[in-house]
Amino acid sequence: MRDEERRVLMSGREYVGAARIDGPLVFVRGTHPVGYRELVECVDADGNVRLGMVLDTSDDAVVVQVFEGTDGLTMPGTRTRFRGRPLTVGVSDRMLGRVFDGLGRPVDGGPAPLADDEPDVNGRPINPTAREYPRDFIQTGISVIDGMNTLIRGQKLPIFSGNGLPHNELAAQIARQAKLRGGATDFAVVFAAMGVKHDVARFFMRSFEETGALDNVALFLSLADAPSIERIITPRTALTLAEHLAYDRGLHVLVVMTDMSNYCESLREISTLRGEIPSRKGYPGYLYSDLAELYERSGMIRGVKGSITQLPILTMPNDDISHPIPDLSGYITEGQIVFEREMNGRGIYPPVAGLPSLSRLMKDGIGGGMTREDHPHLASQLFAAYSYVKDVRNLASVIGEEELTPLDHQYMEFGEFFERRFVNQRRDEDRTIEQTLDLGWEALKLLPAEELHRVTDEELDAYYHGNGQS
Amino acid sequence: MNERIIGQVRRVNGPVIEAMGIGDARMLELVKVGESGLIGEIIKLSGNGATIQVYEDTTGVAPLDNVYGTGRPLSLELGPGLLGTIYDGIQRPLDALLALSGRFIERGVSAEALDRTRLWAFEPRVAVGDEVSAGAVLGVVQETSRIEHRVCAPPGVSGRLVSVAPAGEYRVDETIAVVSGPDGERELSMMQRWPIREPRPVAQRKPLDIPLITGQRVIDTLFPLAKGGTVAIPGGFGTGKTMTQHAIAKWCDADIIVYIGCGERGNEMTDVLNEFPKLVDPRTGKSLMERTILIANTSNMPVSAREASVYTGVTLAEYYRDQGYHVAVMADSTSRWAEALRELSGRMEEMPAEEGFPAYLPTRIAEFYERAGYAETLSGADGSVTIIGAVSPPGGDFSEPVTQHTKRFVRCFWGLDRQLANARHYPAISWLDSYSEYLGDVRPWWEERVGPDWATAREEIMELLQKEVRLLQVVKLVGPDALPDSQRFVIEVCSMFKNAFLQQSAFDDVDRYSTVEKQLRMLLAIMAYWRRGQEAIKRGVTLHKLKRVKAVQDLVKMKFTIPNESPEEFDRLMARLERGIDQLEAIYA
Repeated sequence: MRDEERRVLMSGREYVGAARIDGPLVFVRGTHPVGYRELVECVDADGNVRLGMVLDTSDDAVVVQVFEGTDGLTMPGTRTRFRGRPLTVGVSDRMLGRVFDGLGRPVDGGPAPLADDEPDVNGRPINPTAREYPRDFIQTGISVIDGMNTLIRGQKLPIFSGNGLPHNELAAQIARQAKLRGGATDFAVVFAAMGVKHDVARFFMRSFEETGALDNVALFLSLADAPSIERIITPRTALTLAEHLAYDRGLHVLVVMTDMSNYCESLREISTLRGEIPSRKGYPGYLYSDLAELYERSGMIRGVKGSITQLPILTMPNDDISHPIPDLSGYITEGQIVFEREMNGRGIYPPVAGLPSLSRLMKDGIGGGMTREDHPHLASQLFAAYSYVKDVRNLASVIGEEELTPLDHQYMEFGEFFERRFVNQRRDEDRTIEQTLDLGWEALKLLPAEELHRVTDEELDAYYHGNGQS
Repeated sequence: MNERIIGQVRRVNGPVIEAMGIGDARMLELVKVGESGLIGEIIKLSGNGATIQVYEDTTGVAPLDNVYGTGRPLSLELGPGLLGTIYDGIQRPLDALLALSGRFIERGVSAEALDRTRLWAFEPRVAVGDEVSAGAVLGVVQETSRIEHRVCAPPGVSGRLVSVAPAGEYRVDETIAVVSGPDGERELSMMQRWPIREPRPVAQRKPLDIPLITGQRVIDTLFPLAKGGTVAIPGGFGTGKTMTQHAIAKWCDADIIVYIGCGERGNEMTDVLNEFPKLVDPRTGKSLMERTILIANTSNMPVSAREASVYTGVTLAEYYRDQGYHVAVMADSTSRWAEALRELSGRMEEMPAEEGFPAYLPTRIAEFYERAGYAETLSGADGSVTIIGAVSPPGGDFSEPVTQHTKRFVRCFWGLDRQLANARHYPAISWLDSYSEYLGDVRPWWEERVGPDWATAREEIMELLQKEVRLLQVVKLVGPDALPDSQRFVIEVCSMFKNAFLQQSAFDDVDRYSTVEKQLRMLLAIMAYWRRGQEAIKRGVTLHKLKRVKAVQDLVKMKFTIPNESPEEFDRLMARLERGIDQLEAIYA
């Protein structure tokens, strides 16, 4: 008999009593051979079933992490069943328009939707040869994103924010405005909230409601008052649904995950409880691999219509971009939108820092036939000029603005225009890519033509000297 | 393969499994775990217990599952059919897995690394009765239109040929020769096996004095790499490690490229898979994919296979080196490999050294880079393995253990700079932090092959760049206006050098690759501007006027406007520069 079948048969067994309970971990001794990562049901003294997963198994003891917390469990009164299969979640497109907890159980009062499939929440790695390289431009209507850090369908582009910065507003605005040029598409939003407050969740719901998009949204909420351990499974549940919608139903799915920092905190909590050797700042050595398991569940697959675009939000502890959470995320994701507190203080929305933000997939999704032929050079020129502005500002803060050369004064003006007019926009303002690019040229017109090394003479003729179409 | 039960699982902790009841297992033996046959390797033996690292997801593995030994170490299949293929970290062909298990990689699937059904046209180069020894070329196979695969006698074989297959089509595992040696007769096929952790033997190592030309100006001219050398490219995220690796993989003058995507993004491998077949090698006119082997172990694939993937890559490289080829290995990124070591070490509850990394980290890094080299192969030909390793330091901080230990064992260092990357100055290789110890070794090559004034021009510009740093510090305090024109001209020339020379666009059809001739001509043009401009300023020409000379503005765009094929255009540009400055001098002096 195969090992797996034998274990499914054993799943009827129930073990009474735990050897030890430590935080969200339950240790059970004297079991039959239990598989790694098997689904566990812990029944407490009142008969309530809590789900968990095997973290460590040996002939001696099994360590179970209980997603719904261990509050109220007693050592003799806990009954444990090992289900002989990994944790799965029922998925179907009927889940759109509904609200679930982190494990995929409805919390909106409705009945559980009929599942079409029940895949393993941990997912499996996509074969790199099966992937389709993402190159479809998504117009978000936000200049600093469309023009400088273009979002591509199938990309994973996180927002690196800080506490008190408008990351939720930006994520909601992107979810509302994102469209492909030339036509409506079948889209869906999967929203995973990990450890955020009720009002944040409500903000997103209201924002989806206002645009009438709520029917296309599935929300997975594991809020600040839910057991922290549930956050570990929440993004996996959400991504499992996203994969079903994208690859089985052909929808274009935008996955918003907030806040990844809370997810990582939960991971650290478990790791510490298990006495694992920590790496940086007490986070486990496998934080990179673990985050990659989530972030890599995005993209497009050859011959399949749908796609998964990820927009994870993470708040950088103390605005420190070299903190392990943003640092490791940046190594996995395809770019990052970085927020800057100083821009926010000056009333610029979205407060996107021009230089550290980056979209890695931008190069293949912009230019003639996709956005506009001048886009790549224009973006590069804006980056170069804005980077020089930063140097000039540093200089001005030392020697005073009056002492600057006339050229540097022009750069200062350019910088001001760039931030106030190009980056800054209203929270409901939806600019087309043409408007964005024209605005970029308007900014460059504040600089002399000799300074613009990164654009071609033809582009200068067409857009800078203004005898072209613009 | 005769598999035997060598023990049972005792404990499962992620990719690390402890087994019990072990009798006759060997260190580093390849094992299969459970009924689904997950591939693993024995990394520790103690008493009747063993620790096994498993190269696949261990979900569902339980105590008392059987562990099967295969009796051999984790080895690769080497033979025709490797080129143009994409493998995972333990040499499973991903194309075949796609056919077997669909778009997601299932556990326990296995496929032969070399296609057993494909026929290869074999042409013998030896005859019955010949004495052959290890490394002898038995015959050749045209593997791709540009690479002739030389079927060599594997290490350890020597004796007299009893039979040789006539020219014709054979499968990789068919016998093509029989050698009668001291230990009896041995049948040889086009395929051989080699354990990944053991360096393949060479006759002798040779000095490294031929540069690996990458077509990237900042590398070839400022910080050259030698064939058979080692280099580290450290940089925080978004500084362009992968872009630099891709550019080198595309344009360098190695015969074979092994690209290891170790713990990196899936889409990056897809990008390579899409782009390389379409790109044409400027030297041979053939598709770049015909010289490339890809190893993809992306960040969401099992962590222990990530650990193995760098060894897999370098073993493949050595195999082609032994055929007399120059091979470049890109390892992107070695930090992920080091982190895999850390993760496995942590799961084995070993005592950690710096930042949780195991104490044997430096040894492993040294062993890996030492597999690079320029060598005389067993067959007497010259071949080389060059290792180009990306390093991803946490927070972009170069003082962390992986960067520091890597620096001890490589002789060339291309540090990527966050400031440059933020200004979208690519490649963002810092001219202040980087160095190359191969400079003196490759200097004769440059002076003989390209131009005698290479080394002096290079030294001159490096000196100017150093001078610029000091001047910029002054500018930061008092503003540029406070400097005399002669000093501002230093800053002007350096800024031109950065814009016109160091910065190189990977997306421009002309600029993405520069021949060594073009590189030197560009450098000399800029140095001519420096010399003539200095004189003109001495004679009273202002910097402002000098910058407005049309030929000077054309210098900035020469990388785009003058193609590799027409270096004579530089003569015209230089003549115009001279004329322009002469005219200015005539007016002002």
